[in-house]
Amino acid sequence: MIRKSGCRFSEKIMLKQRDRAMDLSIRNVRKEFDRFAALDDVSLDIRSGELIALLGPSGSGKTTLLRLIAGLDHPTGGQIFFGGEDASVKTVQERNIGFVFQSYALFRHMNVLDNIGFGLSVRRGADRMAKAEIARRATELLDLVQLSGLERRYPHQLSGGQRQRVALARAMAIEPSVLLLDEPFGALDAKVRRDLRSWLREIHDATGHTTVFVTHDQDEALELADRVVVMNEGRIEQIGTADDVYDTPNSPFVFGFIGESSSLPIHVEAGQLWFEDRPLGLPAGDAPDGKALLYFRPQEVKLLDGCGGCIAGTVAAGRRVAGTRRLELEVGGHRERVEIEVPASHPAAARSRIAFRPEKWRLFGTPGEAAPSEKVRRISGWPAAVQAGEGSSAARR
Amino acid sequence: MATALAHAGWRFRRPSVIPGFGLTFGFSIAYLSLIVLIPLAGVVWRSASLGWPEFWRIASDPRTLGALKMSFGGALAAALVNIVFGTLVAWVLVRYRFPGKRIVDAMVDLPFALPTAVAGIALTTLYAPNGWIGGLLAPLGIKVAYTPLGIIVAMVFIGLPFVVRTVQPVMEEIDREVEEAAATLGARRAQTVRRVILPGLAPAILTGFALAFARAVGEYGSVIFIAGNIPYVSEIAPLLIVIRLEEYNYAAATAIATVMLAISFAMLFVINLIQAWSRRRYGYGH
Repeated sequence: MIRKSGCRFSEKIMLKQRDRAMDLSIRNVRKEFDRFAALDDVSLDIRSGELIALLGPSGSGKTTLLRLIAGLDHPTGGQIFFGGEDASVKTVQERNIGFVFQSYALFRHMNVLDNIGFGLSVRRGADRMAKAEIARRATELLDLVQLSGLERRYPHQLSGGQRQRVALARAMAIEPSVLLLDEPFGALDAKVRRDLRSWLREIHDATGHTTVFVTHDQDEALELADRVVVMNEGRIEQIGTADDVYDTPNSPFVFGFIGESSSLPIHVEAGQLWFEDRPLGLPAGDAPDGKALLYFRPQEVKLLDGCGGCIAGTVAAGRRVAGTRRLELEVGGHRERVEIEVPASHPAAARSRIAFRPEKWRLFGTPGEAAPSEKVRRISGWPAAVQAGEGSSAARR
Repeated sequence: MATALAHAGWRFRRPSVIPGFGLTFGFSIAYLSLIVLIPLAGVVWRSASLGWPEFWRIASDPRTLGALKMSFGGALAAALVNIVFGTLVAWVLVRYRFPGKRIVDAMVDLPFALPTAVAGIALTTLYAPNGWIGGLLAPLGIKVAYTPLGIIVAMVFIGLPFVVRTVQPVMEEIDREVEEAAATLGARRAQTVRRVILPGLAPAILTGFALAFARAVGEYGSVIFIAGNIPYVSEIAPLLIVIRLEEYNYAAATAIATVMLAISFAMLFVINLIQAWSRRRYGYGH
């Protein structure tokens, strides 16, 4: 359905677009709905031409932030800058935003070509364009989104994926300074989603729009975006590349939200990590003594034969996941459940005992004893060997 | 009759898994026949007994033509006024919050409930040259009561709720995001209303127009009080029918009724066709 030949946007428009793309700066923005803070002191700098994903569970404030950038809502406090200009004083119409809605919001009484040309046809005064010119531009964009031949169709005659692309073409027609997409692929089935994902990346690379999109799908965010902004409860938890947020999450939330994870309550004593009364054989680094939570990913563990410093547990359940096998282990006296990944051929029977040690892991303070000023106390990170190679976001900042 | 149809091997659209088609279809047709079709057929049947030349003589009589022109012309003008103000009223009721909104909302339905004679008398009192509003208009040389203008005023009054009540629910359904999309694309408010919202409401407005028009064509009670009922000038067709009936000239009465029936049916049928076409084209009701 989608040709992989890439984009054939005319050079002229591409260059013009690159000039128009601009930096975006969000400073200490706060948004309240009836005293409920949907966004709380959010700051974010977006470079010209960047592709940014706002990722978070529903209710995390990501769509609110997108609407504030567009000017569809107004912040309770803080400022938003487009280039060097304060956007707060500009109306939606003046901001020159390309916004793609989750529901597409196409004009159902207009055909595809009129939908795409709408933004150009409402221009007045000096910017006014001739009908023929509008039609030419709209046709060009239709070609870009690979829907040539559907000019005269009405929205209800298109599939979901086609509507999505018409909505994108309509948003790009006005040569927006920023392109904003709200859950762009949310309503599409998995296959179309994947196709459109790589296609959107191609379009972005070809046209160079500064683009911000909202998603709750971590795969989409990690695969598509230059930088991912992880949001939770109205705050930004972490900003970074896919590698940053996956490999060095800076909070238990990010660790748990992106990728899969297990956690165990442990304590630090004498430079060692201890689970109940056993040492794990992991160095504590510069972590202070006391209680902590150990986070690791199921696939980043090493199975051990004997247990001289390990986590040992009883297999409670096992299930086959594609090429590997997932085991749910009960460990310790409180039967804490953790998940690990083993080769599909592993002969793990129910109730058998298995010992393992995380290869990559992070420690976070337990929520109960976190310092009031900082929600999460960050404690060292990777074992020495890994730390040398990769560093940790906590150390870098 | 109905069951005969169903058994005749007709292929109806989309046979349903839910049983009862025969029963419901038969009941609907029987009911429609008793209430609508048979009385109307009686009108046509009775006027047919006149014979064509006599029917044509009555139908093309200048007084009949004047009355028909007044009825349909007045109804058309009133329906046009109503779609403008009815849509406006619906807009205010849907889009704004103000004290007393519920009361205004309920008041819209009053013309449905009020005995039409009461409405006619009230309007006449107001618009007569010595009435509150008529008194203000009289110095300007505008006469409302006892003129065609008065008829239109009465028709506007009784037709208003039809437009408001058909447009209102559709307006409530308008997707906020569609308006926001228009705004992000640079459309100013007026452009959004004219190019995005109104075309979306067009089918509902058309339905409201058809209903208000049909109601106004058939209106009798309120109009006769304010019309003055001057033959050739401000006499409506339903009144002429009643006049003929009082003269025991039943044939002439049914002839005029048949002409009204034919014109009304033709107009409503065309409006229905336009709606079906726009539904197909723009995918409303999907």
